[in-house]
Amino acid sequence: MSKESLDIQGSSGQSYWRSLEELSQSAEFRARLEREFPREAAELRDPVSRRSFLKLMGASMALSSLVGCQFALKQPQEKIVPYVRQPEQVIPGRSLYFATSMTVQGYGIGLLAESHEGRPTKVEGNAFHPASRGSSDAWIQASVLTMYDPDRSQQILKAGQPASWEDAFTALGSAYAQAGSGLRILTEPTASPSLVAAIQEVVGAGAKWYQYDALSGDNTRAGAQAAFGSAVNTIYAFDKADVVVALDSDFTHGSATSIRYAQDVASKRRITSDEPVMSRIYVAEPTPSNTGALADHRLAVKSGDIAAVTQAIAAAVGVSVAAPTLPEATQKWVATAVADLQAATGKSVVIAGETQPAAVHALVHAINAALANVGSTVNYTAPIIDADTGAASLKALVDEINAGAVSMLVIADVNVVYSAPADLNMAEALKKVATVVHLGLYNDETAAASTWHIHATHYLESWGDTRAYNGVVSLQQPLIAPLYDGKHLSEVLNALTGKRVSAHDAVKGHWQAQLGLDGFTFDKAWQTALHDGIVAGASAIGSTPVTLGTVGAAAGASSDGLELIFRADPSLRDGSAANNGWLQEVPKPFSKLVWDNSAQVSPETASKLGVKTEDVVTLTINGRSVEAPINVVPGQANDTVVVHLGFGRTQAGKVGNGVGFNSYALRSSDAMWVANGVTVSKTDKTYKLATTQSHYNLEGRDFDILHAKTLAEYLEEKKAGVKHKKHEIYSLFPAYDYSKGYQWGMTIDLNACNGCNACVVACQAENNIPVVGKEEIWRGREMQWIRIDTYFSGDSSNPTIYQQPIACMQCEHAPCEIVCPVAATVHDSEGINNMVYNRCVGTKYCSNNCPYKVRRFNFFQYADEETPSLKLQRNPDVTVRVRGVMEKCNYCLQRINEARIDATREDRVIQDGEVVTACQQACPSQAIVFGNINDTSSQVAKLKALETKFTVLDSLNTKPRTSYMIKFTNSNPELSGKTE
Amino acid sequence: MFKRKSNAAEAASAAPATYGIMAEFSDSDSIIAAAYKVRDAGYTVVEAYTHIPVHGLAEALGHRPTRLPWGVFLFGLLGASGLFGFMTWVNVVDYPMNIGGRPFFSWPAFIPITFEGMVLGAAYSAVFGLIAICGLPLLYHPVFNTPGFERATLNGFFLCIEAKDPQYDAAKATTLLKSVGATAVNEISE
Amino acid sequence: MQSSQPLKPPVVETYDELLGPGETYTSVTAKIGDIVLYPLLKTPWGWIGGFVAAGLFLMLYLYSLATLFTVGIGIWGINIPVAWGFDIINFVWWIGIGHAGTLISAILLLFRQDWRTSINRAAEAMTIFAVACAGIYPLVHTGRPWLDYWFLPYPSTLGMWPQFRSPLEWDVFAISTYATVSVLFWFVGLIPDLATLRDRAQHPIAKIFYGILSLGWRGAAKHWQRYEMASLILAGLSTPLVLSVHSIISFDFAVSQLPGWHVTVFPPYFVAGAVYCGFAMVILLMIPIRSWFGLHGLITMRHFDVMSKVMLASGLIVTYGYFGEIFYSWYSGNIYEYYLIVSRTTGPWAWSYWALILFNVLVPQLLWSKKFRTNLPVLFFISICINIGMWFERWVIIVLSLKRDFIPTSWGVYTPTFYDWATYIGSFGLFFVLFFLFVRLLPMVAIFEVRDLVHKTEHKAHDKKEGHGHAGA
Repeated sequence: MSKESLDIQGSSGQSYWRSLEELSQSAEFRARLEREFPREAAELRDPVSRRSFLKLMGASMALSSLVGCQFALKQPQEKIVPYVRQPEQVIPGRSLYFATSMTVQGYGIGLLAESHEGRPTKVEGNAFHPASRGSSDAWIQASVLTMYDPDRSQQILKAGQPASWEDAFTALGSAYAQAGSGLRILTEPTASPSLVAAIQEVVGAGAKWYQYDALSGDNTRAGAQAAFGSAVNTIYAFDKADVVVALDSDFTHGSATSIRYAQDVASKRRITSDEPVMSRIYVAEPTPSNTGALADHRLAVKSGDIAAVTQAIAAAVGVSVAAPTLPEATQKWVATAVADLQAATGKSVVIAGETQPAAVHALVHAINAALANVGSTVNYTAPIIDADTGAASLKALVDEINAGAVSMLVIADVNVVYSAPADLNMAEALKKVATVVHLGLYNDETAAASTWHIHATHYLESWGDTRAYNGVVSLQQPLIAPLYDGKHLSEVLNALTGKRVSAHDAVKGHWQAQLGLDGFTFDKAWQTALHDGIVAGASAIGSTPVTLGTVGAAAGASSDGLELIFRADPSLRDGSAANNGWLQEVPKPFSKLVWDNSAQVSPETASKLGVKTEDVVTLTINGRSVEAPINVVPGQANDTVVVHLGFGRTQAGKVGNGVGFNSYALRSSDAMWVANGVTVSKTDKTYKLATTQSHYNLEGRDFDILHAKTLAEYLEEKKAGVKHKKHEIYSLFPAYDYSKGYQWGMTIDLNACNGCNACVVACQAENNIPVVGKEEIWRGREMQWIRIDTYFSGDSSNPTIYQQPIACMQCEHAPCEIVCPVAATVHDSEGINNMVYNRCVGTKYCSNNCPYKVRRFNFFQYADEETPSLKLQRNPDVTVRVRGVMEKCNYCLQRINEARIDATREDRVIQDGEVVTACQQACPSQAIVFGNINDTSSQVAKLKALETKFTVLDSLNTKPRTSYMIKFTNSNPELSGKTE
Repeated sequence: MFKRKSNAAEAASAAPATYGIMAEFSDSDSIIAAAYKVRDAGYTVVEAYTHIPVHGLAEALGHRPTRLPWGVFLFGLLGASGLFGFMTWVNVVDYPMNIGGRPFFSWPAFIPITFEGMVLGAAYSAVFGLIAICGLPLLYHPVFNTPGFERATLNGFFLCIEAKDPQYDAAKATTLLKSVGATAVNEISE
Repeated sequence: MQSSQPLKPPVVETYDELLGPGETYTSVTAKIGDIVLYPLLKTPWGWIGGFVAAGLFLMLYLYSLATLFTVGIGIWGINIPVAWGFDIINFVWWIGIGHAGTLISAILLLFRQDWRTSINRAAEAMTIFAVACAGIYPLVHTGRPWLDYWFLPYPSTLGMWPQFRSPLEWDVFAISTYATVSVLFWFVGLIPDLATLRDRAQHPIAKIFYGILSLGWRGAAKHWQRYEMASLILAGLSTPLVLSVHSIISFDFAVSQLPGWHVTVFPPYFVAGAVYCGFAMVILLMIPIRSWFGLHGLITMRHFDVMSKVMLASGLIVTYGYFGEIFYSWYSGNIYEYYLIVSRTTGPWAWSYWALILFNVLVPQLLWSKKFRTNLPVLFFISICINIGMWFERWVIIVLSLKRDFIPTSWGVYTPTFYDWATYIGSFGLFFVLFFLFVRLLPMVAIFEVRDLVHKTEHKAHDKKEGHGHAGA
């Protein structure tokens, strides 16, 4: 290690400042200062303010040390096991895959991390793991960037001053000794067996362990408790469900189970033949969700009225509760849904969202029982995380603190000062605790309120284990040694009791004890577990029998007046990843908003309140108020205001600071999801919102852009022998011969896609796509290669929502190629429209002539070529584009070529499914299929042969290689109006 | 200024050779008339200098019509065929590429540039051809020695019987020119 | 400025003649020549003032281009979908202005229109400078301008050639050819006048300067014969050239697929538009020049009258184009074309479309009356309107078409930035700096052609009365 880095890593104040002198001479340091603007930061053209100057100086010192040695190729000390090949044989240019896993809200999701010469560059789902089964989502895809985030906390701080691990180690030990029963531990929810054990061990007599998650599923838990007397864990089998009724439940997006559930639902929706069979989905919800976009019948109702709807269904299926009186339209919706449910007993699912009160969940359990779904599509197991993890738990802790019962508090991986409901006043509470130890990735709001801040390791840097929603245990193995020498929770816990145990030894020891195997057999089991990513001994737990108690009515008097609804942000969720540029810049579903959150209202409510999009209003509830820009969103229930959590961070980092407003400030522990009695007062201010889409009306062009039909309609036509309308293609010149060799093509099934953005971020990670910031997006310069177009049709109060992923279509008659004066975009023999960055001069003519507008241009030097840690994240197989060149999707050419090299070396042809594009790999609904269309046996060729396939703008005779499946609505004829 | 130069030259050489006899006329009609008369008198090497193009003067002096147009035509053809051939070679032979599924030899797309090639070739040959066959640039010429020759670019009409003429005789020529209505006649030296 | 002019005749407006009364070989030569041969130190203050003002705008131009090269074309308002903005608008606009010059000097020469003589030189100069201004835009509008030489077909180590199917590549050839031929034609026209200046110049440096430039022209009959042939050929070449250049530029749009661009009427309609605003620009320049330099005898009301007629005619062709667009957008039954017209005429930027109609279609109708055609203030106003209108035409074609194309989700907006305006306004600096240099250093009217005109007028006079008179002094 170089001198500088030593000084920073373990430094007392003096040596620290001495090293600053030295550093200030180093090239990196000056380079940092000369940087015109931090590229990963939002404001591209902002001059560096004094504040960010200091930040840069801080960063520069750590970075200069990193340049010294830390970013060199470094395998972890311990032996880790690669997924396919031996790590000893690191072949330059060849990527290795390691099985690992990350946690979402405490539950494990098995992953494969791609490593280039010891640098994890991308993560994918692990096909063996039940929660991912090879897919992933935007959150998981973006987690790589977080690891390389230059704003991550890089040293231990004692009251804000750098300190060494040695200081911390001794200090923790003594504090722990003094604290005794005054010790409290607050973590994010965790199901990690080894961690739970370690915590239990530390939490001896008297001391307590609390878990808090701002998005906790306490209601679900309480619902089960109410229904069965025990807080059982519910697992749904959507792949067996012909009818699904989701009551304010976005089960296909944004949770630990969403990837699996999205797959299962999609498996009943995907078009595989010319006589499609589809499940039918009913969704009642206050604000459009990804699941709602899938729905055949979507009902926009206030969150508070969901209870009544649920009770009506319950009454109708024979649960002994009174049927509430509903508005006529709602009543009709319920009646139809019930009819379909009863027609599919044992093959249906009714599910309620975690934002709904316990009573609703209890009713839903009763409904599923009445429909004989239990055991077939609905299964109950013992709880995986058997504790309150929400407001109740945090409130108990705060009460204890205020009662003076807490002398030492260890906070791990939860930014509680930021994400606690406002009424608990966490920052104040922490002041009352003698020693607050904070372990986290960032020097964040909570770190600032703590006595000690210890920088944590990212999951890609650390050992550990996780437990999935169904009990399957996976191991975490580090892809790279901790960049900044961070600490894992287990190390901190051991430090309390004065033990020096590495995270690796901790987890390995735990499992040796658990499995009770002798050295040799254990080593073999350990190897296999690391290899597969699953611990054989601890797989899925069986379902537990449940007995349904009596469930009470849920429907209260539906409240008039405005409803304030808190929702996890579709991209940032609880805000812990607010410093992640990819997540900040991915357009939110439907609103397509980036770099901000907003107060969402329906058009009708907006006119009632006399506000329009970009007006700033003051939201006031219980005397607490924030200012928020209005965003009018069709399909939202009237009289509701939706605010997303996760914004308004003050200490997230250069990227996340001051983005949006903090809606936690309105949240109180008794109304975590829905609050009544909010007042909205219009200010005279307006606020600029940046969106990637401004027009949501198809303008009657569906015949050319998005073919949509009801399933019934299509089947009738088919019976009558009516062919689905497609344009006749003529050409004045002979067609180019694509009959030989590989011809790559793609199909996208609009019936499976729920618009979750997994593909967008996956593409960004795979193809080194830069982040450009709010100002640039506002100018219309977003860079994502694949976008998800959203169309609303029907009346704005409850429209049909269409979503259509669009990337370069690889037209055989590419309009862009003809107009390029320097032949920078040309066709290859395999039908891919290649973009030759080196040759591009940047006339932008190609983009003007592209009818799909899928080309992206580097108006500035967007790609950050200075920050070392960000360089490490890049995919070495893909060029990092410079200022002034055009770029676009190229079907992940680098992956095709990798497969080609393998095939050539093994003297065979590329098999179907061997080349998987980044978007296809990430897609949880497996809506994207890619392959060789010349190979008639390939999946893509079969799909393209279907009658239900269409291509976008085929009237222009561009002959796109990407085709789509007609968007079918499997609507119930009974329920007219929603049918197209 | 050129005259001053030539005076210096005179001083140097003992016996200055004469270039010819230069007569000035008052207007275009009289110089054309004079030109005919001079040629009738059998003079062949005769040239006129006027401040405006006088139509019929060249014919009167028996100048053949210029062949410039043929050269221009040739080079125009060269430019057009050259560029068209080049584009064909690039797209069909040297580096054929699949551009938007179009044929390699997409001749209609080559037409505009072919046309520009024709214009370029023709225009260059016309201008430089003109300068070349007029023997320009030639900054010094004996006729500049004529007194008051600056009027040749202002309002004057000059006619010169050159010494090269086989039947040249200074005295005869002078009288002849006087007789055909010259307002002034001078012998000018090389 | 007038006060500092040596020869200043009493202003006698001539309405039906191309020459003022009593103009002779000498008088016209002196009038035009002496403006140039005037001693350097006695340069009129008006000229100096104008030159400095133009220079300041040129500085703004250079500043914005420097920023463009160092920071990137993101400083402009362009984006996806509107990837072309002021850059291409101004490019087409300037090129259009240029066309009048070539038209006057070439086409009118072929048609033996005498009235061209006293305005063609200045008009040609305008052409060259306008083409210079225009040519810069496509060069700097690229993302990596330092690689622009890749447009040229040279044997490169990359083994790559330009892509000859691209209209932009056609532009490269069209514009460079146009610039070259215009300069050649212009120079050929200058040779005899340069000789005149050589012989009139007093100052030795002036003598050498014009002497070398005139290549030693001595007005030999043989030379005149070839000279006239060459000019005729050049005129014959320039005529199809000037038509082709703007047609090819219109191909940038017509060859593409975009609604509002993919239009077959574009070539003639672009050419007419070019002539339209070109003549407007000539009038804009001529009105002040003739009064500053007292050229009332050479540039008479007759000239303005005729030029106005040309403007009116080309204006009507353009108007036809506008209505044509509207008609076939409906007649074609193409939903995209139809929607385009709807959004142009009623959409968010509809005002710019209506401004175009006002400036290009309505205002110029005044030209039907001779009273306005020969009323300089009115003419000046109309010409300004036409130039603004033609700028809006390009705005409507380029920006309003790009904003809303096929897929509604990718519709965008375009807001010009400071740098957009700076690169536009600054280009006037370049234009006028060049133009001021031109009027100071070269005869702004073709002297020998005017003398020829005097000659012809004399002859007409003679033919009337069988007398013999002398031209000249």
